[in-house]
Amino acid sequence: MATMTAEEILSIEERYPQVFRRPLYKRFASLLLFVGILTYLLYVLWFFSLPQVLRESHWERLPLFLTQWISYDLQPEFRLDQPEITPKYPRFSALGENPNPDWVIRNPDGTFTVLIDGPAKSVTFDKAQATIVANGQTVPVSLTSGKPVITGPVPDWITAHDDEVVAKMGFVGEVRVTVDRVKVRKRFLGWANFVFDTRSPFFGKPAGEVVSLIVSGPELKPGTSNLALAGDNIWNNAQWQHGDVWTKLLQTIVMAFLGTLLGGIVAFPLAFFAARNITPSGVLSQVLKRFFDFMRSVDMLIWALFFTRAFGPGPLAGSAAIFFTEIGTLGKTYSEALENIDDKPREGVLSTGANGLLVQRYGVMPEVIPVFISQTLYQWESNARGATIIGAVGAGGIGLKLWEAMRTNSNWANVFYMVLLILMVVFIFDNISNFLRRRLSRTIHDYNRIQAEQG
Amino acid sequence: MTLSVTAPSLTASSGAPHPMADAWRRQTSLRRLYTVLGVGLLLAAMLASMWFADEANAGHFFDRLPHILDFLSWLVPKDWNDVWRALFDIASPHDTGTQEYNFPLGRVYVWGGFYIPEYFELMLTTVNVALVSTFIGFIFAVPFSFIAARNLTPHPALRLIVKRLMELLRAFPEIVIAGLFAAIVSIGPIAAIIAIGLHSIGALGKLFYEINENIDMRAEEGLRAVGANWFERVRFADLPQVLPNFMSYTLLRVEINVRASTIIGAVGGGGIGEELKLSISRGFGAKTLALVLLLFTTIFIIDQFSAWLRRKLVGEQAFVMGA
Repeated sequence: MATMTAEEILSIEERYPQVFRRPLYKRFASLLLFVGILTYLLYVLWFFSLPQVLRESHWERLPLFLTQWISYDLQPEFRLDQPEITPKYPRFSALGENPNPDWVIRNPDGTFTVLIDGPAKSVTFDKAQATIVANGQTVPVSLTSGKPVITGPVPDWITAHDDEVVAKMGFVGEVRVTVDRVKVRKRFLGWANFVFDTRSPFFGKPAGEVVSLIVSGPELKPGTSNLALAGDNIWNNAQWQHGDVWTKLLQTIVMAFLGTLLGGIVAFPLAFFAARNITPSGVLSQVLKRFFDFMRSVDMLIWALFFTRAFGPGPLAGSAAIFFTEIGTLGKTYSEALENIDDKPREGVLSTGANGLLVQRYGVMPEVIPVFISQTLYQWESNARGATIIGAVGAGGIGLKLWEAMRTNSNWANVFYMVLLILMVVFIFDNISNFLRRRLSRTIHDYNRIQAEQG
Repeated sequence: MTLSVTAPSLTASSGAPHPMADAWRRQTSLRRLYTVLGVGLLLAAMLASMWFADEANAGHFFDRLPHILDFLSWLVPKDWNDVWRALFDIASPHDTGTQEYNFPLGRVYVWGGFYIPEYFELMLTTVNVALVSTFIGFIFAVPFSFIAARNLTPHPALRLIVKRLMELLRAFPEIVIAGLFAAIVSIGPIAAIIAIGLHSIGALGKLFYEINENIDMRAEEGLRAVGANWFERVRFADLPQVLPNFMSYTLLRVEINVRASTIIGAVGGGGIGEELKLSISRGFGAKTLALVLLLFTTIFIIDQFSAWLRRKLVGEQAFVMGA
């Protein structure tokens, strides 16, 4: 690059004063903005007392919750203070009423072996001693002296409390040993009993057997065909509640559909009276525009709470809340689309002596209908997401179910199931709406091109 | 009058064949059939939905319709001045010791006798949640949008990953993120910020990269010719072009996020939403009116201010959306 002399630089500076000698406030505008944002962030840090919140938060729970999304655990307990050691499972465990898993082994010499991840991660015990095996190490725990005592060095994956020895084995589970009991938690990847719950007669049967039972087996419940019974068992699965979840999901979709469609139907005629260039009276236009602002500004949440009180909780309240908000949103966008139209087709139709209604029908509507539909689809899509949230305040749909499943902090697999369903619905909606809007925008584009060609 | 002369010859179906007129008529009648079918289908779906929503609801539409205004009776306060008193935390003469009329209860004292009324403090929380989460969204969406734009991406594989990530963030229900983080950082505004912030990254990122894909590439080519690297090109050629549009969409996001943070607040995110939900469910007329008034005014002011600013930034096109 050629070097410039001082004179050349000076002459460039003099020729372009708007670049080199800008007013002071313009030169420092970005710096001021930066300082302003920084100050605001510091203020927010103090306002939400962020350092304290972060200090007191439990980040170690995050991986735990996330593993619970895609896995389940079984927690057999072995009482050692009984005459005979027997495994006990929690009442509603995923194994059903007569659990006899192959990873709990009763050895010939009276000891028990629980395989947590094959023989490499396991525990073998009787009343006198427990032997924990993991990470290539074998740790014997003596139980005869009134408290569990580890003989030999304690590896770092074992925590020895005064009355309890806890061996953590990572994702697959853990073992807790005290003098009078051994507690095992074994974690499995996947969702337990997703199809049939433990009360179903089909529970625990392999897929092939279930199919053959349905096709040609004897009636398991007299008077009901096996197909109907299987369907009923799946639909009313106590743990996953497929029937309830899918009904609530449909409610959410219906809320978004109904609210947006009704909002569009009401906003459509109003928008013509609100558009500056079409309205018969300027006052009416202003009144309607303020009305649209009002409907939008009284938040969807307020409408949802009011209608929940008026109609009782359920999708009717949610639909009404979306409906009222959408009158405002769609009314505003429709009337703005109308204000941006080309006036020539209207004049043409008007010059044939057509009355007001016909002018709108043939002079305005062909131009705005694709835009209207496109905007309505866009709102439908975004309401399908919004309907999930307002459901949580009681306005129907899957929101409340989701919120309740989360509140207990134990049903994360169910939460994930519902999240997957919602993602699926949002994905399908997005694609339908995108497809339709792309086709419509081609129509709008063609229209504009033809107009441009004709001058 | 020429119309009346030519029209009979066009519509004459008997006599000489008119292939063009027939084709045109066939086409319009087919289109009309499609329109009627489409509208009919839509109406059928609407009626079915109405029936379904009514069946699933706790109270039925026609049972409750005559009483629709009854429920508003609790909303009318004994004394309209109570609305102002509730809004500014001034003691009411109707105070009987219940929470309904105990307005000074939640005062936030700043120093000495000077206080911020409770509802203003809660509104401030809600607005701050919205602003911070929009800020988070903006900070991440800008680099993501340049990676995800077809014409600017540094690598096609990277583009695909970022696009999918943004799609996931956009579609993931906010309420689940809020619930998950409520269990980690305790229930309150921080969980709401994380939830709305993550959603904003996806939502803004999508709008931003669609803007990026429509930019004028000449400035970019100029910088490429003098050997500028990716960061320099994005910074000096692309960002100046798209920044006004970015700001416009960000302001639109602020409006949306104020609403979202109110709703998340109602399900445990703190702020004004929670108070409003409690107030309505307990039937505190004056307090509810004060809250609705405050929320309405705030949202209205934010909307109008943002609309004015967007008009200044990008002109009328700031309002064409979805088209």
